Amino acid sequence: MSDAPLLELRQVSKRYVMGDNILDALKDVNLKIAHNEYVAFIGPSGSGKSTLMNIVGCLDRPTGGEYILNGTPVAQLDDNALAHIRNREIGFIFQNFNLLGRANALHNVMQPLIYRGIALGERRRLASQALQNVGLGERLHHLPNQLSGGQRQRVAIARALVGKPSILLADEPTGNLDSSTSKDVMAMFDTLYRDGHTIIVVTHDPNIAEHCQRVIHIMDGRIVSDKLNGKRREARAGV
Amino acid sequence: MYTLIESLNSALQAVVAHKLRSVLTMLGIIIGVMAVIAVVSLIQGFSNSVTSEFKGLGADSLTIQSYLPRKQRLAGKIAKVTPDDLLAIQHEVTGISSLSPILPVGRFFNPVRYHGRSTTSRVIGTTPAGALNNGTYPDHGRFIVPSDDLRHRHVAVIGVTLINKLHLPADPLGQFLQISGDWFKIVGVLHARGQIFGFDQDNEVIVPYGAALSMQGGAAVPDIAIQLKVNDPRQIDAVTARITQVLRRQHHLKSGQDDDFKVQTASELLGSFTSVLNAITLILGGIVAISLLVGGIGIMNIMLVSVTERTREIGIIKSLGARRRDILLQFLIEAVTLSVIGGIIGVLFGYGIGVLAAHAVPAFRAAYVPWWAVLLAFGFSATVGVIFGIAPAAKAAALDPIEALRYE
Repeated sequence: MSDAPLLELRQVSKRYVMGDNILDALKDVNLKIAHNEYVAFIGPSGSGKSTLMNIVGCLDRPTGGEYILNGTPVAQLDDNALAHIRNREIGFIFQNFNLLGRANALHNVMQPLIYRGIALGERRRLASQALQNVGLGERLHHLPNQLSGGQRQRVAIARALVGKPSILLADEPTGNLDSSTSKDVMAMFDTLYRDGHTIIVVTHDPNIAEHCQRVIHIMDGRIVSDKLNGKRREARAGV
Repeated sequence: MYTLIESLNSALQAVVAHKLRSVLTMLGIIIGVMAVIAVVSLIQGFSNSVTSEFKGLGADSLTIQSYLPRKQRLAGKIAKVTPDDLLAIQHEVTGISSLSPILPVGRFFNPVRYHGRSTTSRVIGTTPAGALNNGTYPDHGRFIVPSDDLRHRHVAVIGVTLINKLHLPADPLGQFLQISGDWFKIVGVLHARGQIFGFDQDNEVIVPYGAALSMQGGAAVPDIAIQLKVNDPRQIDAVTARITQVLRRQHHLKSGQDDDFKVQTASELLGSFTSVLNAITLILGGIVAISLLVGGIGIMNIMLVSVTERTREIGIIKSLGARRRDILLQFLIEAVTLSVIGGIIGVLFGYGIGVLAAHAVPAFRAAYVPWWAVLLAFGFSATVGVIFGIAPAAKAAALDPIEALRYE
């Protein structure tokens, strides 16, 4: 764990212009997240947390400010460079799993490795290893619709982890799951955190945020509070 | 490179996942390619068989026919090769091993009767050498012999079609036919030659040249064709020159005037035949280009639908790090895969149709698909795939990942 933050947002803003309407989804957000933090972005819908996640996940570019990820300023990179960073640095986990319906679990997990130019045999090995790690070693060849919701989310987690990204970015990861499966998935996140992963969970659910070591409240496009959950370190960022 | 194989793989998966739709999409290409391969295979098979027939005529054969340019025919001029011309050539040209006239009797079809039954047939008069010069030999009985003309015999050698049409006995030798009012005794049955361009070569009666001449009624000098073989194929140009000289004198042509006849070798006849086939092939090429265009539009249409349908999938793979060109390549390869598979199916079906048609229609002989036609069909389908796949692929590649992920 180095002292340099894993990611840093400086005065980041995002403005949408639709005809005469101007919507400021994010306003001057400053944020630092270090390696092996377990962070929740919490806020009601429309608060800007999803926009923040999209920018952190390099799916979107800010309209103002700077974003430095792993020492690289990424705010102004072109589409291909962003795709490259998403492939290497980010592991996405979505509310609705977003698995490829036509591909089985194994091929879903192999997919991100294709864009790294990893050979088929090695892809297969890494992907089945990742699925073993989430306890789906027996279901490599099941299609998503042959799996339960919890299993699908575990396939998604395996897919997010297989490329060893710097950040796991989970958008309402338990939103489509029943409470006991939600517990399993969150327990898995807790384990991943203890193993040294950096995890950002976007949620509106305080119970989910409870799991995280640091909780950032977002409201109307601003960070309104940035607290450590319980007894750990002081907040590093948030100015 | 890996991406290319991956794209091909996922393209095949996509094609297989929507079998019915894929087949319907490919239909335009399939039909276009099928049509061209079927027709090309038939024409080429036909051309092969005709070529071999011409080769059977040999490099030592010449055919003499009257010939006038269309313009002069419309102006009312008439050109003829006459029986006197035949005699002149016979007496004055050396180096000829066999010489025979072809004298068509009456109009193209003449009434032929037997036991109250009636049909029409081509009737030609020739001499005994006609069997060799024309490659027509009897299966049963005999051909025209020299004594037939000497003794003014009314004998006929018939094609097998007439046996069926007139309900002649299986062995018709010795039976009498009435041709344009005259009675002829059947002395031979010709070897079956089949149809050519739908024209039945076996619906034919061959009679002695003298008998055919007398049937002209003496009203007009007939126009005959002359077939001959030379002793030495190397002398064929010299023989041609000599024949031309004799005929020009016979026809009283002055030095400025064009020939009103043609002396052609088998290869020249073949050349004109081949040029007709080439023209047909070109026209077909145009038709196929149009049908492939239509097929290509079908593919573009479905690919656009597919891109919309798979917006979310595109969003997902973008979030996993697919670059624009990965997605462009994936959809482009999918379009090309569709069109090339369509091309393959088209080639197979087209060849199948060619083979079936060749069996069903005797004139078409064996179907034959030349390699250039197969390569052309593939090249065309692949090109169509690229051209009509590029727009949908570009649309897919340009999708915004966030919008795409949100798409329901």
